[in-house]
Amino acid sequence: MAIQSTRETYYEAIINQGYTRRDFMKFVTFMAAYLGLKNSAIGQIAKALETTPRVPIIWEHYQECTCCSESFIRSDHPIVADIILDKVSLDYTETLMVAAGEQAEAAKHETMKKYHGEYILCVEGSVPLGSDGVYCCIAGRTAIDQLKEAAEGAKAIIAWGSCASNGCVQSAKPNPTTATPIHKIIKDKPIIRVPGCPPIGEVMAGVIVHVLAFGKLPELDSMNRPKAFYSKRVHDSCYRRAYYDAGLFVESFDDPNAKKGYCLYKVGCKGPMTYNACGVIKWNNGVSYPIQSGHGCFGCSEDNFWDNGPIYERLTNVPGFGIEANADKLGKVAAGALAVGVGVHAVAAALSKRKEMRKRRKAGQANLQDIEN
Amino acid sequence: MGTKLYKRVYVWEFPVRLFHWLNAAAILVLVVTGLFIGDPLALMENDEAYKTFVMGTVRYVHFVAAYVLLVVFLLRIYWGFVGNKYARWKNFLPFGKNKAKKLGHVIKHDILLVPEKKEDYYHELSIGHNPVASTAYLIFFVLLAVMVLTGFGLYSQNASWWLPKLFSWVPPLLGGDFGTRLVHHTTMWLIILFIIVHVYLVIYHDVVEARGEVSSMISGYKFARWERFRSFVRRKEKIRKILEEPVEEEMMS
Ligand code: HEM
Ligand code: SF4
Ligand code: SF4
Repeated sequence: MAIQSTRETYYEAIINQGYTRRDFMKFVTFMAAYLGLKNSAIGQIAKALETTPRVPIIWEHYQECTCCSESFIRSDHPIVADIILDKVSLDYTETLMVAAGEQAEAAKHETMKKYHGEYILCVEGSVPLGSDGVYCCIAGRTAIDQLKEAAEGAKAIIAWGSCASNGCVQSAKPNPTTATPIHKIIKDKPIIRVPGCPPIGEVMAGVIVHVLAFGKLPELDSMNRPKAFYSKRVHDSCYRRAYYDAGLFVESFDDPNAKKGYCLYKVGCKGPMTYNACGVIKWNNGVSYPIQSGHGCFGCSEDNFWDNGPIYERLTNVPGFGIEANADKLGKVAAGALAVGVGVHAVAAALSKRKEMRKRRKAGQANLQDIEN
Repeated sequence: MGTKLYKRVYVWEFPVRLFHWLNAAAILVLVVTGLFIGDPLALMENDEAYKTFVMGTVRYVHFVAAYVLLVVFLLRIYWGFVGNKYARWKNFLPFGKNKAKKLGHVIKHDILLVPEKKEDYYHELSIGHNPVASTAYLIFFVLLAVMVLTGFGLYSQNASWWLPKLFSWVPPLLGGDFGTRLVHHTTMWLIILFIIVHVYLVIYHDVVEARGEVSSMISGYKFARWERFRSFVRRKEKIRKILEEPVEEEMMS
């Protein structure tokens, strides 16, 4: 309560920024809709944002490409980037902050000390553990060092994107820097994983608004992903699903089936294994998403998606058997070899058991003679 | 070589045979539909999507067969505790009375095909599963369990019933649906390999040993040498006693 009197609330910050109450209510309604909450939640979120003092955010960037930040600042509603991220809450983020060098580090440490146990740590990027972590250094210190320091006083951690959640491309084989996702390093803090390369901006906004407004984590699934966005596969909300069920597939990208908009399963669509909200929320303010643009889902929000078989075919690659080996090829070769082996064994058995069986047959015939009726 | 007496033995009880053939049918259907799901054929179809339901039907059949497999699997586990001695779990473990000798016989004469010199080796043959086969079946059980776990794991996310939902912990363990599908698909090939060897060896044993291996899974009966039965031992005992008893008439004459 003491903090409340000294710190601005979100609502105050938003109004001070020049937005109207109407803009604010629109924003709240958007967020409630994305989170899949019912109507009455709009009031709850509005109330929470009106009364809650801003929660400081420290946003770290490790091994990554910043596409998560890019996605986030382009999310549907300007208030998200403007208020939540840019002006109000963000005490430290390499990409957006004005301060640099020593000043920036000082500001971060100030926040970490002042709001110990209260701030939210957002992490973009994976952490290299190889060679004592020297592959990623910020302000002269390794990412692993920075992460442990920042995580220590955090109330919760949000792992943005596939890098922080799964490791993404830098952890693809052979993973030269031992890139590691956050949940494998920090075990003693609540972690929300928001995978995707990048995650959808509205999803990121929804997650952070939930955390800020309600002061607790959104409902998570068994892999710690917010249920509101990751409980369905892209396949389950795909508008081409009817073609899938019918068995009507694009066979190659230049065939008439592609023109008719058939299902992209056979040209490698990973929608059936990928948990994400692309089919519902879509991208670029709801303009489209890959499948709508004629390209299969890449599986970007799934663990290890870089190493999970070819992009434009639906194959089951078996790790450890080389690039050309997929389960069906290996299976056919193994079954063929086994069939030959069985055939050879049968011939060998016929030869080696010949005498034995002849003797037995004779004995049987002798018995036949012996039998009376 | 004199006449050998064989007697029928009721080896496979009705539930065992029923489970066997239901399993076989379910697995056949699952393999065929599974391969189709993994790599569907191109349909030459100009109709609207709502008029066809090929993939949907194939998947439906896959899931129906999957439930059959699950139920049979569970019932067979139960039967391993209440069935006859050839059905019990003890059979599937590679140790026990006489197992080493029988194991040696299978490896030497059935796998390596060393010609059998002995006239009589019936005591080295198994009546139920031989030790190599039973170990293979134990592994096959594990393969089926993997299929059930990964299959229902994949299925659970879209199911509303509690039973498939029980398996929702599986995909996170295997790194999501990608890894689960990899295990599901690859294990299918191991099952196919098992089936090739299994069918061949059943025919092999039937031809070489002539004890009714193939028909036993339909009738339930196999044939075993009379020497192996208690009745034979009792009869031998009786004959021995008769021979040892003093024949009094002769003594008096
Ligand atoms: C002997 C048993 C089984 C065999 C041989 C088998 C085989 C297969 C194969 C080859 C696939 C295609 C994988 C791919 O996409 O590449 C598949 C998919 C699948 N199987 Fe099985 N399966 C078996 C048992 C089961 C069981 C017990 C279930 C339980 C419900 C199950 C559920 C599924 C599901 C949900 C899929 C994915 C279907 C989809 O992508 O729409 N399977 N199976
Ligand atoms: S295009 Fe992809 S996500 Fe859509 S129905 Fe086909 S396989 Fe599923
Ligand atoms: S459609 Fe698939 S690959 Fe594309 S963004 Fe969505 S989850 Fe990632």
